[in-house]
Amino acid sequence: MIELLVVAVGGGLGAAARFMVDGEIRARHTGGFPWGTFVVNVTGSFLIGVFSTLLYTLTFLGVPGDVALLLQLALTVGLCGGFTTFSTATVESVRLAQSGRMRLALANSLGTLATTVTAAGLGVAVGGVAVGGLFG
Amino acid sequence: MSDRFFHNLSDVHEGAHRVTRTPHRDWRYVGLVALGGACGSAARYLLGIWATAPLNLVPVPPTGTVPALLLFPVSTFVVNVVGAFALGYLLEGLSRRGRETVRRRKIRLGIGTGVLGGFTTYSALALETQHLLAQGPAWLALLYVVLTLAGGTAACLGGIAIAARAERRRKRRSP
Repeated sequence: MIELLVVAVGGGLGAAARFMVDGEIRARHTGGFPWGTFVVNVTGSFLIGVFSTLLYTLTFLGVPGDVALLLQLALTVGLCGGFTTFSTATVESVRLAQSGRMRLALANSLGTLATTVTAAGLGVAVGGVAVGGLFG
Repeated sequence: MSDRFFHNLSDVHEGAHRVTRTPHRDWRYVGLVALGGACGSAARYLLGIWATAPLNLVPVPPTGTVPALLLFPVSTFVVNVVGAFALGYLLEGLSRRGRETVRRRKIRLGIGTGVLGGFTTYSALALETQHLLAQGPAWLALLYVVLTLAGGTAACLGGIAIAARAERRRKRRSP
């Protein structure tokens, strides 16, 4: 039950942050490419990579396992999950394709996928360095 | 097209309410999105637990003996495809009803940006794909991203088509 609560709180904060970041980027970029959603998804994917190593780091630092697990859950499934979005990214690609901008649509779909997977890997590596530094 | 679809931000006077150009700076809208996002994220979490529950009943087998397909991230896949369908349906339905009123904006931001945005996730998709690529099997990573992108796009198109048809019928009944 407490797990559900921390996920909901994290997800709410993440969604609000996405709304504000996307809105600010949207207000500055009027071109065809949906940079707001792209930036949000790439940033969130990097962060989930970092946070996925948090359990090891925190338990090493002496934080009780259940507290560390709860914090990781709130930050990964909650915050990053609520911050990033697949549905908006998909709708934006479909709308670009429907308006005849097929190249931008493909660039958005495949570009977001490739960049977010790379960002997640980078995040895991950064988190791993932190863990390695602690254990080493 | 997509500009009209997403923005529709012309200052519209709706009774005493004024539809602002920058709802993301209005704390009432931010709160609405947060509330929706909390509900969507909680639903995603519950679906994830439910999807992995059968696996948890099985005693953990020695690594390497798990059928690879069991590693397919089913719950993220389902969440994203269902969410893409629902958002396509919602946004097409709203845009076909005409200019954005305060009420429609609340629905678009609360349900669309909040609930469905929080329900679906790109970070889990990215991390799971990265994990499958790193730990193998790589073909499963490829299958996962192809099914998610193709399924999500098809579901979104389906949602848009169904909303468009429903709206055309509604207009025929009461022009």
